[in-house]
Amino acid sequence: MIAPIPSSGAVSDHSSPLDSATEARARAICADHNNDPANLLEMLHDMQDEFGYIPSALQNVLADILNLGKAEVHGVISFYHDFRSSPAGKVVVKLCRAEACQSMGANGLIERILDRHNMSDFGTSSSGVTIEPVYCLGNCALAPAAMIDEQLLGRVSETSLDASIATHMQGGQS
Amino acid sequence: MSLIIENDHGTREGTGKPVTLWIDDVQVTVPEGSSVMHAASKVERPIPKLCATDSLDAWGSCRMCLVEIEGVRGTPSSCTTPVRDGMKVTTQNNRLERLRKGVMELYISDHPLDCLTCPTNGDCELQDTAGTVGLREVRYGMTGENHFEEASKAPIDVSNPYFQYDPSKCIVCSRCVRACEETQGTFALTIEGRGFDSRVSAGVGMDDFFSSDCVSCGACVQACPTATLVEKSVVEHGTPSRSVVTTCAYCGVGCSFKAEMQGNELIRMVPYKDGKANEGHSCVKGRFAFGYATHKDRQTEPMIRESYTDPWQKVSWDEAIAFAANRLKAAQAKYGQGSIGGITSSRCTNEEIYVVQKMIRAAFGTNNVDTCARVCHSPTGYGLKTTLGTSAGTQTFKSVEQSDVILLIGANPTDAHPVFGSRMKKRLRDGAKSIVVDPRRIDLVKSAHIRADHHIQLRPGTNVAVMNAMAHVVVTEGLVNEAFVSERCDMEEFERWRAFAAEERNSPESLADIIGVDPQELREAARLFATGGNGAIYYGLGVTEHSQGSTMVMAMANLCMATGNFGREGVGINPLRGQNNVQGSCDMGSFPHELPGYRHVGDDATRTLFEQDWGVELLAEPGLRIPNMFAAAIDGSYKGMFVQGEDIAQSDPNTSHVEEALKALDILIVQDLFLNETAAFAHVFLPGTSFLEKDGTFTNAERRINRVRPVMKEQSNLSEWEAVCRLSAAMGYEMSYDDPSQIMDEIARLTPSFAGVSHQRLDGGESLQWPVNDANPNGSPIMHVDGFVRGKGLFMVTDYVATSERSNRFYPLLLTTGRILSQYNVGAQTRRTENSRWHQEDIIEIHPHDAEERGIADGDHVSIASRMGATTLRAEISDRVPAGVVYTTFHHPLSGANVITTDNSDWATNCPEYKVTAVQVHRSNRPSDWQEEHKDKSQTHYRITIDAAE
Repeated sequence: MIAPIPSSGAVSDHSSPLDSATEARARAICADHNNDPANLLEMLHDMQDEFGYIPSALQNVLADILNLGKAEVHGVISFYHDFRSSPAGKVVVKLCRAEACQSMGANGLIERILDRHNMSDFGTSSSGVTIEPVYCLGNCALAPAAMIDEQLLGRVSETSLDASIATHMQGGQS
Repeated sequence: MSLIIENDHGTREGTGKPVTLWIDDVQVTVPEGSSVMHAASKVERPIPKLCATDSLDAWGSCRMCLVEIEGVRGTPSSCTTPVRDGMKVTTQNNRLERLRKGVMELYISDHPLDCLTCPTNGDCELQDTAGTVGLREVRYGMTGENHFEEASKAPIDVSNPYFQYDPSKCIVCSRCVRACEETQGTFALTIEGRGFDSRVSAGVGMDDFFSSDCVSCGACVQACPTATLVEKSVVEHGTPSRSVVTTCAYCGVGCSFKAEMQGNELIRMVPYKDGKANEGHSCVKGRFAFGYATHKDRQTEPMIRESYTDPWQKVSWDEAIAFAANRLKAAQAKYGQGSIGGITSSRCTNEEIYVVQKMIRAAFGTNNVDTCARVCHSPTGYGLKTTLGTSAGTQTFKSVEQSDVILLIGANPTDAHPVFGSRMKKRLRDGAKSIVVDPRRIDLVKSAHIRADHHIQLRPGTNVAVMNAMAHVVVTEGLVNEAFVSERCDMEEFERWRAFAAEERNSPESLADIIGVDPQELREAARLFATGGNGAIYYGLGVTEHSQGSTMVMAMANLCMATGNFGREGVGINPLRGQNNVQGSCDMGSFPHELPGYRHVGDDATRTLFEQDWGVELLAEPGLRIPNMFAAAIDGSYKGMFVQGEDIAQSDPNTSHVEEALKALDILIVQDLFLNETAAFAHVFLPGTSFLEKDGTFTNAERRINRVRPVMKEQSNLSEWEAVCRLSAAMGYEMSYDDPSQIMDEIARLTPSFAGVSHQRLDGGESLQWPVNDANPNGSPIMHVDGFVRGKGLFMVTDYVATSERSNRFYPLLLTTGRILSQYNVGAQTRRTENSRWHQEDIIEIHPHDAEERGIADGDHVSIASRMGATTLRAEISDRVPAGVVYTTFHHPLSGANVITTDNSDWATNCPEYKVTAVQVHRSNRPSDWQEEHKDKSQTHYRITIDAAE
């Protein structure tokens, strides 16, 4: 069976205090976007690119810089599943669950991949593989589609996914 | 009276020109900018809705309010569709019915079916709407995918003491989130997640409502159409069955509330939309903090004792009144007629205050009457009367919506006048500029969606220098509104003032060192105020409670006159009154030199008027002010005092001095709800009535006379005004009224500005702002419209004179004081409610630099010592205060904030200089001597003898 999608922002809260270097970088990123609240999404993308996730303590910093309520920032971050509140594993695997991919056997593929990594649900395995569902990668013609560490893959099979994951775990590109 | 259900028109009325349209063949005309939903509601064709409520902007998410409009494709939502001339709207037909039922089925398939056991059963818009649309089945069943199963597994958030959040009942209409943003302006709430995971969230991560930015104003509870956000009192007791419209008794905003009752039990206070001061909004105090009225500490029986060191004896009213009168008479016989007097309370009704000052003048035969306004807004009275001719703010609260530049000085509205603070924040979010003059970085300097254009972070005590510097810029840079000044002001005095302001010693550059602010910032602020459109000044006790309090009030009036900011919407000078009826207590003749209506006791015509009406001769000489009373008590010439609902032992400066004075009295009569700090020295205690038991009027800071109606019987079995009348009679002067409306009739008869005021008019639904007289039969929302009350506006030269209270190497820091949202003044009421959970003790804010120098860590106990005394508080390290300044609140008696404040006072009115005290702060691990003594006193002075029979 397919587990429901977790709401990424709300569930796990990686709320360790913020170190001053991270805060300084965050402030610099905001400054790159003119400290304009209209650019909040761009700032969040940059921060996730840089830190790998958006520490919840950063929400206060963002609220302060942009003169927003903390809750407002939290509302935006928690709406988008793509923003994570804790660090991902070594490899991030996004598996498409949209209609085209489902029709090409994505659901079974997902179950087997999760199983292989001893996972009952989406999340991060003990070996450091993060598996997430996506709707959709826009790669329908090449369903089932997947994305590993921002690299788009088409016509994936169990074997090809395993191989790609293994390559990325070793730090290489497939 | 049954439960009042206020109409909810769904969206606000527009403000444009009239537009005429047809709703189901009914013609209706509404202002442009109104929605179709609003127009339909106006002709009693209410359209079903869930996400719309008329305190908020339209949202258009629930899809219940769909209508058909001739010539328009589809079924637009009526809440987001503005009216157009000639529009033909159908609100109900088969198609719309089917659509609405379909939407409702989806809602209900994701809502628990537990209506009968739900707290808001019978008071639920979801339930009502299901009824209206004729929901009879839910085709999707209740077992499909939904949010409530998951949500009901999580515990209900009961962290807020007054309301709870149950996510399982939520329909994600966002009304709570929008109310927090639009109405309150706090931005504490959001919808987190998406789809079935959507939840109202009070912020980041693990925050619950209590730990979040929530200020517990109740706007979200008010907006919630289900039982998701609901008062705990309703959960516990059920929905109320009757309402009484009355007025909040906390600050000077004077919010109207519906007291919603079951029998004689008050279930909840609900802000009243028709209340002109608050228009349906509230704060944590007025909305929730009424539990003190039935607190176990409440004293409901009269008590007497020979000496303040004896235990109290409960006695009958007759015995207490006779004892009090005999003692007062004995004091007068021995020490002279002028040896007694009294103090009126700004917490009481106009009617109650009026009879107290009448008793003192007519029965005691002295003008020794003063009021707690002495220690807060007496400089306002003096300064505005001198310059403009009347002792009151010039605007309505709503006027701020037309302001372009708001100059906020020495006031912290988001904490002390929260409902007005929200109104001001809304205007600032909508684009008004702001200049905040305050040593401390208050929320109106920077908070969510608020950023002051200029924060003049002045050194405490240099207000007048700031005004002079701004005046200098206005005068020397050609920014005077010459047309306004020449038409409306006394030109000779203006020229004198202009020359004064232009002097180089008043330039920002010359004064910068004194003020401690960059002169360029001062120049820009002055230019903004003078040229930015409608300029309005709002101020608080940070202006008045200084040795130059009256000078400062006049300096602000000068600035407003010079820039032409009087006599219309959006401008003016506006004191934010601390107490519910400060304005009224001043109006009612509580000052030793003034009879009701601010008329001097030395004025023969006025005195004759009162003498004829009262049938007694009155003194032409002003009596003693509060500080003079204390001094005379210590001298031995002042021996008896009647204190109405005021805790002078806690609220007045230099506590040791006050206590010494009170101890020297032969007879101290305290009329109050509680055995307060002052009662520790009293001989007679007359139980007072809470605002829930009072019948009368309060006058708020915009001069609005609001009805206060009893929602329950007096717990003391005697109203305060009747107790005063009885004491007056026992002193030999009969005062007799059938009810408080007769007292108001007498006030109206004798006071020109109240000439047209009566309970009858107010009960008929009118809202009156004085003056209400022949010239202004319906009251005066804006003052000085065609000219100043005094004739020509009077510019006053306002030399800056530094206070004698200065820091030196022994007392290097300046202490200033303020308030916090959850507590009210000396805390007699709010400390006896759950509000104390937000503020259990007074703390002292100290700048990181000053803290580091002294080795003080956050949370340390520190001693704060001034030339007058010392006290110990916990420290909070905060950059809200600048280096060199420390800040505390004064809500808890044991904090002893006034043990350290000095005897300094305003030169004109004796208003104490609470806002500047030179202190030293150091780490401490024990309470101060005064605090130790005070604890001992609490053990002895409050003892009550318990009858053996009990």
